[in-house]
Amino acid sequence: MALSDYSFVNLASVREDLISKKISASDLVELYLKRAEEEDKYNAFLEVFSESARATAASLDQKIASGETIGELVGAIIGLKDNLCYKNHHVGASSKILEGFKSLYTATAVQRLIDQDAIIIGRLNCDEFAMGSSNENSAYGVVKNPIDPSLVPGGSSGGSAASVAAGLCMASLGSDTGGSIRQPASFTGLVGLKPTYGRISRYGLIAFASSFDQIGPFTKSVDDSELLYKIMAGKDVLDSTSSIKPIHKERSGQSKFTFAYYEEVINSPGLHPKTKTLFLEKIDALKAAGHKVISTSFPYLEQLVPCYYVLTTAEASSNLGRYDGVHYGARSEASEDIPSTYFNSRTEGFGPEVKRRIMLGTFVLSTGYYDAYYSKGQKVRRLIKDATDDILSKADFLISPTTPHPAFKIGEKANDPIALYLEDIFTVQANLAGNPAISVPMGMTDEGLPLGFQFLGKSFDEKTLFAAASLI
Amino acid sequence: MKISPEILDQYQAVIGLEVHAQLLTKSKAFSSDRNEYGNLPNTNTSPISLGHPGTLPVLNEKSAEYAVRLGLACNCDIRELNEFARKNYFYADLPKGYQITQDTTPICTGGSISIKTPDGIAKNVGLTRIHMEEDSGKSIHDLSPFETLIDLNRAGVPLLEIVSEPDMSSGDEAYAYLTEVRKLFRYLEVCDGNMEEGSLRCDANISVMKKGSKVYGTRVEVKNLNSIRNVKRAIEFEINRHISVLENGGEIKKVTLTFNAATGETSIMRTKEEADDYRYFPEPDLQPLTISQEYIQSIKSTMPPLPNELFSKYVDELKLSEYDAGVLTDDKYFALYFEELLNHVADAKNATNWMMGEVKGYLNEMAIEIDKFDCTPIRLAEVINMVDEGTMGRSLASQQLFPLVVQHPSKSARALAEEFQLVQVGNEDELQSWIQQALDKYPEKVQEYRGGKKGIIGLFMGEVMRLSQGKADPKITSQLIQKALDQ
Repeated sequence: MALSDYSFVNLASVREDLISKKISASDLVELYLKRAEEEDKYNAFLEVFSESARATAASLDQKIASGETIGELVGAIIGLKDNLCYKNHHVGASSKILEGFKSLYTATAVQRLIDQDAIIIGRLNCDEFAMGSSNENSAYGVVKNPIDPSLVPGGSSGGSAASVAAGLCMASLGSDTGGSIRQPASFTGLVGLKPTYGRISRYGLIAFASSFDQIGPFTKSVDDSELLYKIMAGKDVLDSTSSIKPIHKERSGQSKFTFAYYEEVINSPGLHPKTKTLFLEKIDALKAAGHKVISTSFPYLEQLVPCYYVLTTAEASSNLGRYDGVHYGARSEASEDIPSTYFNSRTEGFGPEVKRRIMLGTFVLSTGYYDAYYSKGQKVRRLIKDATDDILSKADFLISPTTPHPAFKIGEKANDPIALYLEDIFTVQANLAGNPAISVPMGMTDEGLPLGFQFLGKSFDEKTLFAAASLI
Repeated sequence: MKISPEILDQYQAVIGLEVHAQLLTKSKAFSSDRNEYGNLPNTNTSPISLGHPGTLPVLNEKSAEYAVRLGLACNCDIRELNEFARKNYFYADLPKGYQITQDTTPICTGGSISIKTPDGIAKNVGLTRIHMEEDSGKSIHDLSPFETLIDLNRAGVPLLEIVSEPDMSSGDEAYAYLTEVRKLFRYLEVCDGNMEEGSLRCDANISVMKKGSKVYGTRVEVKNLNSIRNVKRAIEFEINRHISVLENGGEIKKVTLTFNAATGETSIMRTKEEADDYRYFPEPDLQPLTISQEYIQSIKSTMPPLPNELFSKYVDELKLSEYDAGVLTDDKYFALYFEELLNHVADAKNATNWMMGEVKGYLNEMAIEIDKFDCTPIRLAEVINMVDEGTMGRSLASQQLFPLVVQHPSKSARALAEEFQLVQVGNEDELQSWIQQALDKYPEKVQEYRGGKKGIIGLFMGEVMRLSQGKADPKITSQLIQKALDQ
């Protein structure tokens, strides 16, 4: 068969095609390298790892030929958000401050994919240090949405979304601090998963906000999402916050669920009309299929986004302290002593959104403001967590549109950070409370723009989350 | 600035110390990197201690264990739920831009350390807190003329910070406190206490006020004190400086000072206005550490004897002098040797004399510590017991048998005595012949004795011991000499 005819169905069938020798890993890699190098009109890839991808493919072909046991992800062509470390490869969080930096080690999640014979094809553009919802904050340029290149792909994992949506890789990894996987998945018609906090080791994920960040996959299907999740999840001794809770083998067999949703949000005038219509249609379909859907309210809706920004910027201001021009990455040429090295390297190295958040975070942690902001933020987070648990004691899932709107025009909200921050209204709750959440495509606007449907499940109950996600 | 004793006497100094102790763990506080002193720069490192992007800390639970040991030794309250915090600041040898420490939940609070004031009075110095944290790297300014070099071998080495209450009032008390703290570290084997290499570091907080005042004076902090003696010198310098400033109508400014050991003076490092806002907040990368009562009990059961416990035992139970008890407990292994020796001898005072005399003398002569001393407590006990049961005279045992026992650690003392014919001579004929020689040597002394100068008998005794190479049974010899002289 002609190589260019190979069309990707899902990861399991790629594996079968390789085992049955329908196609070789090397042919597959050449096909995807060509796509990534020639068809990336979206600025999704920052770098294609052609050399290591070819070497991996060649060794996989040998492995297959010799009849050795092969991993579950053999032939899977996977891209990495530019905040995931891969030994001896550049990584930079799309920031100038890490220009030229190569990682000395591989992130645990990435290593677990490699151990199952996945092929890492390159690193993908994102908002600088994962701060943003439109991928307009990258030091290496805006990523375009493959559905309509005049639109943003969402963020911060915009390159991860665009690359999979455009077929430049089969799946990708992103990171989700407040919706950075689910929102771009929604904007590009993909499945995006944010696992429970603690499910997937953060070791090797360049930190934005440590108590919020989770790695997760972008895939074309819920099955692929689950496959990648199961391989990456599980205790890692290198991450103290990773959980020892066992990972499910079989998806939950539960067939009837109770879903809760916030009625006042669905009726809010800020919601795109098609978002509302599609969401209500889905509710009707769920009811028709015998599920129970209840409306509920959330006492802290107004507090979600402010609380998220107070706490994430606080952690970020500390996490980004290490980028000082002294030890690695970019050092300003203009520096002559230690203070000017710090000042100039950080002034030149960080983009405006990162600086804005470092300043916000530094402020909320400062003596005299700590109690009013950081400390209060933590208390509110606790309340949000308890209230979320309370809802999930009455329902199996909290459901919502993933975003209020479909993808917007590049530049449309670039000068309005507050408007951009509000894009996070549906997604931040899962990160504040730690719960798992998944976005699956629920349909399109009249203009053909995809919209996502979000399930927010009980902590560490991905087993049931995947079962529900496959209903839509 | 010489201040008269009358003026000095009107003031009272208030001193608190902050001690940083590097722990003797094999690996670092939050990574598996080696924790070793003296390796080539930047070889005890990994992406974690280099602070590379994406790395995370994992607690070395040994550092918590060491903190619990120290806390138990000082009667501190030990916290059940321990959170870590980040202390944020920029420094070239701080690769993450923050130090992992404990802020609001130190592992130990309260407790005290008992010291002796120069007047010999016991005094308890209270402890405010003990907390766990990590060390920074080192900036090296003197290796390259144009650059500062950074060595991150020390970055992430586990530390305990021990903060005392402002309970001390002189350089001497601070000296005594640090000596006790260091001794405790060594007994507990949590820190080697080497101030020159920086494994034990001390900052002093000092203020003075008029005696009887209820209001503390303005406090200064002196950093970079690299020996216990320099801590005392810096404190004494500052007390003097404060008093003379105050006497001259001046005002003490709240500053951080550094001490110059060459000049014996302090100078300003930074003023209060430049103080950092460290923006402490809970470390999100680490789970809080829970310390259960069972865990505390398990540590308690493995605690070594403590120097103050042994000291009290020696003085109160064994009736040794405070001086002897002090020397015996100064070093843990010296004390443990003595403890074992006590299991095999009848008389503690006798054992003490051997420890303070022969053993200490030998160690000093050879310039070794007791862990390098080849004679086991059991061997030494054999020697002591041979003297006690009269098999051998004290001087023969001390001068001849003891060196042999040290030289031949595998042989028993009795076997050695036999092999080298060190068995005491009690045979009267043999003794009589040495006595006769001694009397013949000093005929005029014999006359003096018979003229009433009875004390001179010691001279003949010594001569017999010399002639017999110490083998003469002193008791019988003494009787026989007396008999011969009284004839």
